[in-house]
Amino acid sequence: MSNLERVLESGAFTVTGELGPPQSADPEVIREKARLLKGYVDAVNVTDGQTAIVRMASWAACLIGMSEGLEPTVQMTCRDRNRIALQMDILGMSALGMKNLLCLTGDHQSFGNHPQAKGVFDIDGIQLLQIARNMRDEKKFQSGDEISVSPSLFIGAAANPFADPFDFRAIRLAKKVAAGADFIQTQIIYNVERFARWMEAVRQRGLHKKVYILAGVAPIKSAGAARYMKTRVPGMDVPDEVVDRMASAPKGEAKRVGIDLCVDIINQVRQIEGVAGIHLMAIEWEEAVAEIVEKAGLLPRPQLSA
Amino acid sequence: MIVAEQKPLEEIRRMIIPYERVLILGCGTCMTVCDAGGEREVSFLHSALRVAQAKSGNETHTFSEYTLKRQCDPEFLDVLDDKIDDVDTVLSLGCGIGVQALAERFPALPVLPGVNTSFMGMAKELGVWDERCAACGDCRLEETAGICPITRCTKGILNGPCAGTKNGKCEANKDMDCAWVLIYKRLERLEQLEKMRRYYPMRNFRAIPRPKRITSKISVDVVDVGEDNG
Repeated sequence: MSNLERVLESGAFTVTGELGPPQSADPEVIREKARLLKGYVDAVNVTDGQTAIVRMASWAACLIGMSEGLEPTVQMTCRDRNRIALQMDILGMSALGMKNLLCLTGDHQSFGNHPQAKGVFDIDGIQLLQIARNMRDEKKFQSGDEISVSPSLFIGAAANPFADPFDFRAIRLAKKVAAGADFIQTQIIYNVERFARWMEAVRQRGLHKKVYILAGVAPIKSAGAARYMKTRVPGMDVPDEVVDRMASAPKGEAKRVGIDLCVDIINQVRQIEGVAGIHLMAIEWEEAVAEIVEKAGLLPRPQLSA
Repeated sequence: MIVAEQKPLEEIRRMIIPYERVLILGCGTCMTVCDAGGEREVSFLHSALRVAQAKSGNETHTFSEYTLKRQCDPEFLDVLDDKIDDVDTVLSLGCGIGVQALAERFPALPVLPGVNTSFMGMAKELGVWDERCAACGDCRLEETAGICPITRCTKGILNGPCAGTKNGKCEANKDMDCAWVLIYKRLERLEQLEKMRRYYPMRNFRAIPRPKRITSKISVDVVDVGEDNG
């Protein structure tokens, strides 16, 4: 069982982090980020070419993170690999001792630095969930062939309470749970009111009892970053109050205001029934993680024996 | 129908450099309807090539023009038999199928593509065509309210909409409708929203090997192909 699964099962309010691999072959970048996260989070998502930019492979960066004492969550998207390659990577990650797997459809290739690439999308994120679940539980590949030593997995998926159509978002979560998700990490929440409404729909369907839901949070560095997320990042909902609060920060104080805002959101989502923890995405600002987790009163992290 | 765009004049001029006598060959079906390679476009391109040649001053191509009823059917190509002896190449304004039909029918004749074949679609408004079918060979339009996610979702996913949709638009293009939001809204209107709750399994790409071949189920003897079938 992975540490993430143990902590969630214990009922402790769980904290996961995020680490973006470098656009280079430099392992030091990962080691430095890992040192900033170790001890403050229960597991760390390692992204898989996020925003379609070429970066070190998730599994490879996970391995480096493990050598620094992190428990990784391998992120896996369907953008760059077909079902054959995805299953090969699931076998490989499991053989390397990685248990947490986050199944994603993936950002469209047009966002990244190789917009002329062919997007694979042989399968979608929900179908990947089912493949992973069947590899673990049925000991079968998608082809139906048996797996002699099946992968040991704790399977996750993403959910975006802010994408369209709103009424469909809880239904889509139900589809992901039915396909095999053990845990869910949500899109970054700035609109807590809308997130709470989504959670209400989730509870109505009893989904919070079937899957662990980690609320996505992220500190904002500046008013400009808030505006950028509001207008440019797909699937984000950044209310004007959030932009205004960042914009009203005194000179040189924006980062402090951003951290305080993040802590406020953590305190709010923690009160919502069915939220099992947070997924803290301080991307390229890993230094902020320790302070946020501490200010939110989430230290020390549970030390559970395997 | 098949929709295409004519290639830029400069690209066409580069392609014809090795050839003296060029036959510009239009197509009377899809390429005529989508304004890419019908009789009118053949005539315009003919004029444009002549003007460009006159301006450059040091080229000696001779051009002729003709438009077939249809380039993608071998029997419509017979009329070319006595035309190709007098030319060094055919610049086809047919779709990619037309170009290849010519190449198969006339093994010794260089054939050049004058259009970029783009998609199968329909006229959305005057002069605007939208892609609608990906010829995937495994039609599921019954399940998706008559809106094709393979074609119209930029990721072609079967369990959409993905998390990137915003205000009903696609994450990859703010001006493009999210196919799965369209499907959702139409299913809602048809009172078939339960179809959105279903899990749709992976596509079977083996069902659609490329290149495909379809054999008519009607006996060849009884099919009478008339002259006016174009």
